[in-house]
Amino acid sequence: MILNFPFITMVLVTIIGLCIILFRKNLLKVIMGISLIESAMNLFIVALDFKEGGIAPIFTLAPLEPGVEPAAAASAMVLPVPQALCLTSIVIAVATGALMLSFAMLIYRKYGTLDISKIRRLNG
Amino acid sequence: MRMSKIVTITADLLPPFILAFGLYVIAHGHLTPGGGFQGGAVTATGLLLMIVAYSYKDIAKAIRQDRFKLYESLGLIIVIGVGYIAFLYGATFFTNWLVNTPLPFGTYVPFGPNPGDLNTGGTMPLYNIFVGVEVFCGLTIVVLYMLSGLEEGEGSS
Amino acid sequence: MRTITKVIPVIILLAFFMAMAASFDFGRPFQTAMDDYFIEHGQEQVGTNNIVTTIVFDYRGFDTLGEASVLLTAVLGVGLLFRRFSKGEEDEAAEEEDWQEVAER
Repeated sequence: MILNFPFITMVLVTIIGLCIILFRKNLLKVIMGISLIESAMNLFIVALDFKEGGIAPIFTLAPLEPGVEPAAAASAMVLPVPQALCLTSIVIAVATGALMLSFAMLIYRKYGTLDISKIRRLNG
Repeated sequence: MRMSKIVTITADLLPPFILAFGLYVIAHGHLTPGGGFQGGAVTATGLLLMIVAYSYKDIAKAIRQDRFKLYESLGLIIVIGVGYIAFLYGATFFTNWLVNTPLPFGTYVPFGPNPGDLNTGGTMPLYNIFVGVEVFCGLTIVVLYMLSGLEEGEGSS
Repeated sequence: MRTITKVIPVIILLAFFMAMAASFDFGRPFQTAMDDYFIEHGQEQVGTNNIVTTIVFDYRGFDTLGEASVLLTAVLGVGLLFRRFSKGEEDEAAEEEDWQEVAER
């Protein structure tokens, strides 16, 4: 149970983010909860590809033991594909976060308050 | 609204080092951890430190926003253009047309760990540089727009 | 919404996620055939030492192209939201609000 520590952390952070979205009334705090869920998902996708005793998948000055064949020692590298997908996910989180915060600024300018139970007037 | 004396002095001293480190991360993207997106974010932090420490009215006169918008669009267009040049070699879109050729960035790399050579990599350093330019300009424009919206909101309400 | 309607799904999700997290095998990935191919042939086919960057920009370059477009679109969206109205557009916006008040009555 203690060996699955990254996955347990991911579950706890996701549940905390979900509770923030459900139970808080300020719009900026809801945006913070969404950002927490996105960060937990990035942690999950990177924790899926770890090999025990692994090194980074980079060949520049790799810390392999001398005298071992490179082909056999390259099997100690962790998997590189989920790390590449996590990069895309981080950039998309930044883009949606910037748009959400801009919308919050405009809502405050128009309504005068950030309480989500009072912003209910849809035109049309 | 300027920040205190300590913050402005730090913002005067730090940006050259941050910019140099950011450009190093962009340029060595094919040898060390890093690349276009990470290096672009670090470089944008170096510029945003100056924007945050001084008031928006002083900075808005010094930075030309039209140039930043132009460079951001140009960065993405050149990335697509480098992918299009692969059509001249009879291959599909986005093929690496510089690897294992006598052109620059075309040295052959054998399998196994080695101290890196900057001349390798094919079209990858070109992608790194132009995506880094796009990310840097994009993040700066977002922060400048948000600060200008804040000023206008306070003035009207 | 009442509080009990919000608490029950959170507890169900917490139990389900915990059971899933405890059943993972941390340190022994399930299938590694694709990644072994990338590590073995990345240096001679692409010519870099950094395997993660070869996957981001060469083997899966279309995802990176889409991601750069998403970043550009987000910057365009922020620029659209914070535009300044010229004199003519401000009058147009005020006219719209007058029509709405008439429609509500």
